[in-house]
Amino acid sequence: MSQAPSRIERRFRALHEQSRAALVTYVMAGDPDADTTLDLLHALVAGGADILELGVPFSDPVADGVAIQLAAGRALRSGMNLPGVLDLVRRFRERNGETPIVLMGYLNPIERMGYGAFAAAASAAGVDGVLTVDLPPEEGEGLLPALREARLAPIFLVAPTTTDRRMAWICEQAQGFVYYVSLKGVTGAASLDLEAVGERLAVVRALTSLPVGVGFGITGPEQAAAVAAVADAVVVGSALVKTIAGGNPGTLPEQITAQVSALRVAMDEAPRARGIAP
Amino acid sequence: MPMPRLEGAGSPLPDARGHFGPYGGRFVPETLVAALEALTEAYHEVGRDPEFRRRLDADLAHYVGRPSPLYLAERLTHEVGGARIYLKREDLNHTGAHKVNNTVGQILLAQRMGKRRIIAETGAGQHGVATATVAARLGLACVVYMGAEDVKRQAPNVYRMKLLGAEVRPVESGSRTLKDAMNEAMRDWVTHVDDTFYVIGSVAGPHPYPMMVRDFQCIIGRETREQMLAQEGRLPDALVACVGGGSNAMGLFHPFLDDPEVALYGVEAAGHGLASGQHSAPLSAGRPGVLHGSRTYLLDDADGQIQEAHSISAGLDYPGVGPEHSWLKDSGRAHYVYATDEEALAAFHRLTRTEGIIPALESAHALAYAERLAARMAPAQTLVVNLSGRGDKDIFTIAAREGIAL
Ligand SMILES: Cc1ncc(COP(=O)(O)O)c(C=O)c1O
Repeated sequence: MSQAPSRIERRFRALHEQSRAALVTYVMAGDPDADTTLDLLHALVAGGADILELGVPFSDPVADGVAIQLAAGRALRSGMNLPGVLDLVRRFRERNGETPIVLMGYLNPIERMGYGAFAAAASAAGVDGVLTVDLPPEEGEGLLPALREARLAPIFLVAPTTTDRRMAWICEQAQGFVYYVSLKGVTGAASLDLEAVGERLAVVRALTSLPVGVGFGITGPEQAAAVAAVADAVVVGSALVKTIAGGNPGTLPEQITAQVSALRVAMDEAPRARGIAP
Repeated sequence: MPMPRLEGAGSPLPDARGHFGPYGGRFVPETLVAALEALTEAYHEVGRDPEFRRRLDADLAHYVGRPSPLYLAERLTHEVGGARIYLKREDLNHTGAHKVNNTVGQILLAQRMGKRRIIAETGAGQHGVATATVAARLGLACVVYMGAEDVKRQAPNVYRMKLLGAEVRPVESGSRTLKDAMNEAMRDWVTHVDDTFYVIGSVAGPHPYPMMVRDFQCIIGRETREQMLAQEGRLPDALVACVGGGSNAMGLFHPFLDDPEVALYGVEAAGHGLASGQHSAPLSAGRPGVLHGSRTYLLDDADGQIQEAHSISAGLDYPGVGPEHSWLKDSGRAHYVYATDEEALAAFHRLTRTEGIIPALESAHALAYAERLAARMAPAQTLVVNLSGRGDKDIFTIAAREGIAL
């Protein structure tokens, strides 16, 4: 079935033509409040973010390190919830119709809203993809069909521990891009082994024609550049979340734009190893 | 073909993917999937190995002190008036609770899998102590995560774990109780998945834990059945056990699932009362959702955020419950009821006074409901209460509540 390419597909195609890797940024919705997050989303785009990952706060984020745990706590205290996240996306879309948005969170808040209701509302708000950290595809018989029906890309993690066979199977279910977790650990850990990432990435690429992003543990321009040399997308989260935690609300958007553009510049200057997925 | 499991674990559930009807499963970050698959495989392998069974049985007999007695509480029965109340004396196990039945099994499996580092979460500290104990015996490094709130409430057990050589890491995130300790243990496991074995302390978590922990705890129910047949010549009319994650209840209930004449009662902690909203009773007052790797009844708010549980007993202070209990609830095979903090305290004192047995506050919830149930039953009937642990660890909590400085 051929459908018009999605925002995510269009974005990766455009970058591919320019031989550039995508910069995917993660911030937590509602950290420290909804209005600031809205400003920050535009600030991320101004700095050169290609795809926005928007964290949906959850009380029990088992896959997240301290920085994102604390961000979730701040967001929940500010009153953010899943309908609030969708409202934020809707407001973002009033000024930006092109930058893809991927929600990243945990299953229970989605389950509470109802799979079908969530998928329809997310699609209407302008969400493009959904990454549910605690939902491996084998448990997805409820959510995944609802996402596909609403034309939302289900995005999956593959890990250093994922077997080749399983990786092939996960890639079959995925749309948008495949997210390779660069280390055994939680978000924000700092022990990225670039060589090992390169090796595993070669395996993932052999299994899928989808773009492959790499994230968890990428903190600064140098690492982003190194990962951009081998991956289609570089995901930076905790480093931005830490800036938001320590920032002065008045100057935060400028700070975030500067931090992102430093990443973007380093990535664009890095020599790229190869032509990447179409 | 059903996969082989430890002998005596008769149920066809869960299915191969760890589902009990709509409950259970494996809702975890991808990094853990391979580890859970390896664990499931290793567990099925030891189920085929008579040598493992022999070693486990020997440890349960000579290290844990099994079988635990089934004791007829005559004065309590007399005072309550009604069915004859038997106590399954898990409090007499080494380390003072049923938790050790499971840690002996899991750590033998860890050793078999070549893991050198053991981690665990703990609420009351009983599972932490039981884990640290067996880790010490086998010379394995042990880290126990415990909510900072519980570290305060259960100081004697914290010290015990330290004496046993374990490192106790207080968890400051979230509500600083058992659920947060479990989050932190899962984060540790994601990070050290190659050399670390995560010993979960209840029938909760992702597959295979609810099945595996149940199978290790089924020794409670198997002994109870034999002892009841020997002492009364028939099966009991009812079984009563407290439900935190649900391991002592599942261990008692499971070998009786196919005996419809035996009624099963799981007692949740109602804290200040269900209406107060401050309780730990997901089966009585919660709804199905996803937490800690499985779909099960839990306590959450309208947005799907997990709520803090409350109970006077740290071991029941958990907003979720093992998925098989959710299944037994929906299928109607087991009944889930509750007892408040106050009721548990009254039962605590009553057992101490009438029988000379100081029960754990967790077990006191089961006793509180059992008293009500027994009073409605005929004197010719019998019920068995799982006395899941002893109350030495709780005397500080109780003294403080009664305004006594120790
Ligand atoms: C004595 C005792 N009973 C019961 C429990 C509750 O656990 P479960 O419901 O898994 O038996 C605990 C937990 O710490 C405990 O220490």
